[in-house]
Amino acid sequence: MDHNKKKTYLINTIAVVSLYLVFFVLIQTKIMNNYFVGIAIMTCIMIIMAISLNIVAGFLGEMALGHAGFMAIGAYASASFSMALIDSGLPLPHLVVLILAMIVGGIVAGIFGFLIGTPTLRLRGDYLGIVTIGFSEIIRIFFINFGPTGGAAGLKGITRLVNFHNVYWVTIIIVFLVFTLGRSKQGRAIISIREDEIASEAAGIPTTRYKVLAFSLAAFFAGIGGALYAHYQSFLEPSKFGFMFSIEMFVIVVLGGLGSLTGSIISAIVLTVLPEMLRSFSEYRLLVYSLVLIIMMIFRPQGIFGRSEFSLTAFIESLIQRKNIKNSIDGGEAS
Amino acid sequence: MTVLSAKNITMQFGGLTAVDQFNLELNANELVGLIGPNGAGKTTIFNMLTGVYVPTMGEIILNDQSIIKKTPHEIVKLGASRTFQNIRLFKDLTAVENVKIAYHNFIDYNMIQGMFRTKKFWDEEKKAQEECMKLLDIFDMGEYADTLAKNLPYGQQRKLEIARALASDPKVLMLDEPAAGMNPNETAELMETIHFIRNKFDITVLLIEHDMKLVMGICERIIVVDYGKTIAEGTPDEIKNNPEVIRAYLGD
Amino acid sequence: MNLFLQQLINGLNVGSIYALIAIGYTMVYGIIKLINFAHGEIMMFGAYFAFIAATSFQLPVWAVLLSSMVIMAIIGVTIEFVAYRPLRNAPRLSALITAIGVSLFLQNLALIIFKPDPKVMPKIFPETIYKLGEIEISSTTLITIGLSLFFMVLLDLYIRKTKQGRAMRAVSEDKDAAILMGINVNRTISLTFAVGSALGALGGVLFSVAYIQVYPTMGVMPGLKAFIAAVLGGIGIIPGAMLGGFIIGMVETMTKAYLSTTWADAIVFAILIIVLLFKPTGILGKNTKEKV
Repeated sequence: MDHNKKKTYLINTIAVVSLYLVFFVLIQTKIMNNYFVGIAIMTCIMIIMAISLNIVAGFLGEMALGHAGFMAIGAYASASFSMALIDSGLPLPHLVVLILAMIVGGIVAGIFGFLIGTPTLRLRGDYLGIVTIGFSEIIRIFFINFGPTGGAAGLKGITRLVNFHNVYWVTIIIVFLVFTLGRSKQGRAIISIREDEIASEAAGIPTTRYKVLAFSLAAFFAGIGGALYAHYQSFLEPSKFGFMFSIEMFVIVVLGGLGSLTGSIISAIVLTVLPEMLRSFSEYRLLVYSLVLIIMMIFRPQGIFGRSEFSLTAFIESLIQRKNIKNSIDGGEAS
Repeated sequence: MTVLSAKNITMQFGGLTAVDQFNLELNANELVGLIGPNGAGKTTIFNMLTGVYVPTMGEIILNDQSIIKKTPHEIVKLGASRTFQNIRLFKDLTAVENVKIAYHNFIDYNMIQGMFRTKKFWDEEKKAQEECMKLLDIFDMGEYADTLAKNLPYGQQRKLEIARALASDPKVLMLDEPAAGMNPNETAELMETIHFIRNKFDITVLLIEHDMKLVMGICERIIVVDYGKTIAEGTPDEIKNNPEVIRAYLGD
Repeated sequence: MNLFLQQLINGLNVGSIYALIAIGYTMVYGIIKLINFAHGEIMMFGAYFAFIAATSFQLPVWAVLLSSMVIMAIIGVTIEFVAYRPLRNAPRLSALITAIGVSLFLQNLALIIFKPDPKVMPKIFPETIYKLGEIEISSTTLITIGLSLFFMVLLDLYIRKTKQGRAMRAVSEDKDAAILMGINVNRTISLTFAVGSALGALGGVLFSVAYIQVYPTMGVMPGLKAFIAAVLGGIGIIPGAMLGGFIIGMVETMTKAYLSTTWADAIVFAILIIVLLFKPTGILGKNTKEKV
């Protein structure tokens, strides 16, 4: 690892830890009450959903409009698992149960990602989008009819294993992993498929394999997001995982910039926090939200960051540079 | 020694026969040209040879293996790579990243090692960067390494396609109109480059071209197709004076 | 047997409504390659305007239908002009997201204006039950199927025999060539939206008469199903939308009757997936290969 990369890693680590400490203090001193902590937790979960969706929508460049379906699978699978585990009486600490539940949720969702992705990814563009909607709806309807997980009435009594502290770090880890994926050979392969599938195949990339990989990974992380969601809300309802929710996630990624992970993070934060803040205007907030969407698409369709990432290191360096230039100008004038 | 052979390959699209019983024998280190009027079926032949189309009939052997039912990426692994008539670069990737895509199979770390940034990852990425930069340097493109492909001048884009095709370490390199849109200087440079890489990398080159100066200048053997059929085959001198060829290009 | 015939008629009823709505999707997709997510809301507003015309203004049946269709035609054209035209040359994804934005906007507009509680659509058609042996057919059903078929035939004639219809087909095939032929592309596209929206509105009115309730999110599921119908028949192909609409209506009705109400929607989606995996261009669609 060269010097510049080490510097970047250091700066980002400091930023992440500092941010955590800020939240830690705010929570411990009760400046942030339960309501705000809840928003923060949901924001982290939505960040995970947006980041995972970006693997398919951003890196691979396909319109995946059924992401809520994988979240649902992860949620229900992990909840069933944790409930069974806790019922069995094994004296496991909550954190362990949560980690196991996340793994279960992720893997089950990932398996479905593979099963659904394999036939679906033969299609492209609009058709792919429609089929993903179809699968997502079938999943939702399945859970409405599936007695063992409560059916339409929902699944109650899930132990609340999630708190801000563990969800924050899970989010950071997932963001890190998807980021490194994007800048690895596998990520490059996936991106090359987006750029030109025929050329990618002609360059030696097994495109079908990588398309399914991207889809399965996205589903895996979505499953983890679902697991966190289940163990925070303590209650699951199939209606929450409908087509509209998938669209919301997709819009978050698009507005942040397809392919930009920092864009997804910021977009997820803004689009989760803002509606909460504007609850008093709740009647009009969805109206305004949709207007913003339309206006953004007309005037800045690439989203906030397009395909690039916001680099904290570069930002700090540019600030330092500006300060140096200012100093040398002032110094020059003074002498 | 034959590296690539096509036996009576035919391509039919519905009622249209685009290529009719085409035969090809490429020997090691040959530099062969494939020419013919527009619409003669040359790119279709390339597409069959590289697995993009499955021939309606016939057999294709690459390095003693039948590649008829193989996908393009499998064929790349077996040692054949190509460039495209209309340039198909990965526009939002840099030049060196474009080359790294073709170098993919020589980079040895799995997804987990990549995601967790192990030592293997850093070592392999370093190797990939070095090797791909070497390829770019052969084409004098070192300064463009970190430029996005879409921002490269046209001539550099064409060169990048060839550099990328070489990154997969092919035995057979198929170039589809590599000189299209180039000025005479660039074309002369390209001719030297093709000679150079054929010798340095010990490869066989098959190229489609309309630029006769390039074809006559560097090809050792030329195959002429028209309406999907081979109408002549021979040395540049033989082809230049072949009445069938003249008739195909200029009409009766 | 009787149950089957009865359900067949129900299927035709529902199917003709889906067909009307599906036509709007397919015409817009055919001409500007956009999935107009907001079309379900056009159907919804069509129902609301009919409701207002029938209750507040006590208009006769023909005026209710006509006013709803005309108003929604105008609104459809306006939406195209304001939200879609600026993105005519933008990537498909941007236009798609804008369509989603318009859909959300219209849903919430309806929520604010009309409030979420469902309104009851009055019976604007004469209510007589005809008996054919053991089978009952209501006059409403007959009128629904009849009106739908009437307008579908009308549309087919319009597309095939009139100058504007030919222009629509030309723009769908090749926009640039159409411009070179002197066709006013903007006007043709607006006309397409007008016709599609009018038929969608009609579908909305008939839907609300059949299912009685009018509420802001009533367009979401029927819209999705009608869209699936359009894809099933071959997106961009008008007879395909009609065919698809009837098939989806039939499948939904039969599933509800013989299998289970709750799984009916899932089966519709499953059909969609199977069709797309094996014949993505739809039943009446043609295959196109990308040139390498």
